[in-house]
Amino acid sequence: MIQALRLPLAERRPPDRFRIFAVAVSCVAPLAILAIVVVLYREAAPAVSHFGAGFLLARSWNPVSLDFGALPFIYGTVATSFIALAIALPVGLAVAIVLAQPGAQRLRATIGTGVELLAAIPSVVYGIWALYVMAPYLFNHVELPVSERFSFIGLLSGPARQTSLFTAAVVLAVMILPTLSAVSRDVMRAVPSGLRESAIALGATWWETTWKVILPAARAGIFGASVLALGRALGETIAVTMVIGNRPEIPASIFSPAYTLASVIANEFTEATGVLYPAALAELGLVLILVTLIVNMLALLLVRSTSRTRR
Amino acid sequence: MRLRNRARRLRSTLAVSAAYALTGIALVPLALVLGYTAAKGLPAVTHPEFFLNVERPIGIPGGGVSHAIAGTAIMVGLASMLSIPVGVVGGLYLGECGGGRWAGWVRLAADVLVGAPSIAIGLFAYAVLVVPLHHFSGWSGAVALAVLMLPVVIRTSEGAIALIPTSLSESGLALGLPRWRVSLQLVLPAAAPGVITGALLAVARAAGETAPLLFTGFGNRFWNLDPTQPMSALPLIVFHDALTPYPSLQNQAWGAALVLVVLVLLVNLSSRWVLRRQLRLAGQL
Repeated sequence: MIQALRLPLAERRPPDRFRIFAVAVSCVAPLAILAIVVVLYREAAPAVSHFGAGFLLARSWNPVSLDFGALPFIYGTVATSFIALAIALPVGLAVAIVLAQPGAQRLRATIGTGVELLAAIPSVVYGIWALYVMAPYLFNHVELPVSERFSFIGLLSGPARQTSLFTAAVVLAVMILPTLSAVSRDVMRAVPSGLRESAIALGATWWETTWKVILPAARAGIFGASVLALGRALGETIAVTMVIGNRPEIPASIFSPAYTLASVIANEFTEATGVLYPAALAELGLVLILVTLIVNMLALLLVRSTSRTRR
Repeated sequence: MRLRNRARRLRSTLAVSAAYALTGIALVPLALVLGYTAAKGLPAVTHPEFFLNVERPIGIPGGGVSHAIAGTAIMVGLASMLSIPVGVVGGLYLGECGGGRWAGWVRLAADVLVGAPSIAIGLFAYAVLVVPLHHFSGWSGAVALAVLMLPVVIRTSEGAIALIPTSLSESGLALGLPRWRVSLQLVLPAAAPGVITGALLAVARAAGETAPLLFTGFGNRFWNLDPTQPMSALPLIVFHDALTPYPSLQNQAWGAALVLVVLVLLVNLSSRWVLRRQLRLAGQL
């Protein structure tokens, strides 16, 4: 007994099999990511070896002549995501500012629930709504007037279409809004309340407190929230597929149809025959998942760095 | 000086109203999506055939989506069986002893996996299960959905378990219980409401996913309960029927969309209620 007490702590405790089991089970999450990347790479291998690095910069997409390039899809994905972020950022920040205020918690909880429900609505429901309700409305009230008045700007020229890059970007903006506002709200809440109180005690108005104290303190986290939202936009599939118009070209105008990485896979993969065609689509998937993984990891590290400073 | 102060206050008031106005704008899409889905889906849903029959060819009335409801239930059920036990054990690990470096990596991996594009997960399940077996199947759809649900289950159950005060597990250990009994018989039951709602949120998310099922479950126009065969699902019906030019099929798509939205809203709102109650109870402990 006394002998046992003298042993170092680690040796006295029997090995905890349950904890080892739990650690082993929790490995599934990292392993899943690894497995997805490896499996997609294996699927894409014929295209990777056939096209090489030029695949990423080639502009043609011709299943008949087996001539494939990723650039139109990369352009469509990046353009829709950044336009969506530009639309969603002011609104998302305003929501986060409102939600992060102290006081009137019941009202804020209601608004917060409403915004978070936006995240719960399935992508395909956004898709059908965007296709039948939003796209015709945007076409008549935004795309047509703007493309007629500003046709001298290449990006805003006509002819406008109901299913276009712009329509897809607007749907994406709605879909990433909850991520953006929820994460920036948490980051703003993590700003020490002493900062806010000191600013108010010095006589700063509400706006001055928010703009000059809270937002600068939460800057890195808000940037992280935006990057996280960008990652969600890059990977979004179904809603975009239904409204982007599915044309594998780099359009001159944002009111023209385009294509994204995710939506070309969704549309063409089940019909792709042969070796090279499905492999090219799988390589698009590989590009997509690698980009979103990197973007998400970066964003999460940014968000965590700010919420940790609070402790 | 006084004038300057008045300008400052005015600017602040304007900014407050702008922030609240933008917040109002953020809620407009929610109202529009819910309103239009209800308005356009109700005519389809109010026919009992919608829930009783399978799809019929274009032009023949009386078609329904019962096969898709069954398909969604089976695939999501199988996915839950695969992902919820694993996710809850992962959540136990993170919630009980989640301070270490490895736990941080698991957490990061789960969060990254939440943001992974669902279409890539569909491709993964296609390559792993559809290619070797040479045909689309409900099982491959279930695996894709399970990968999607797993990180959600891990993170939500971690949150619920972290709320349980350590004094509970400490008193269990002090009484000489082995760690697995403390975790599974003491901590897990105490955290059960939160863990269950987290699992339900994951189920709701999986039920609404289309992209992972496109080349796994694939869709099926006939009644099928066998998960080794291709299976339909509600989101697949919405996706395929919405893109057809036939008004009857479009109505069916709106009806299926309404069913999905109602399901998702019910789960979300009730889970919010349970979680709030759980937080209040944890505060009392």
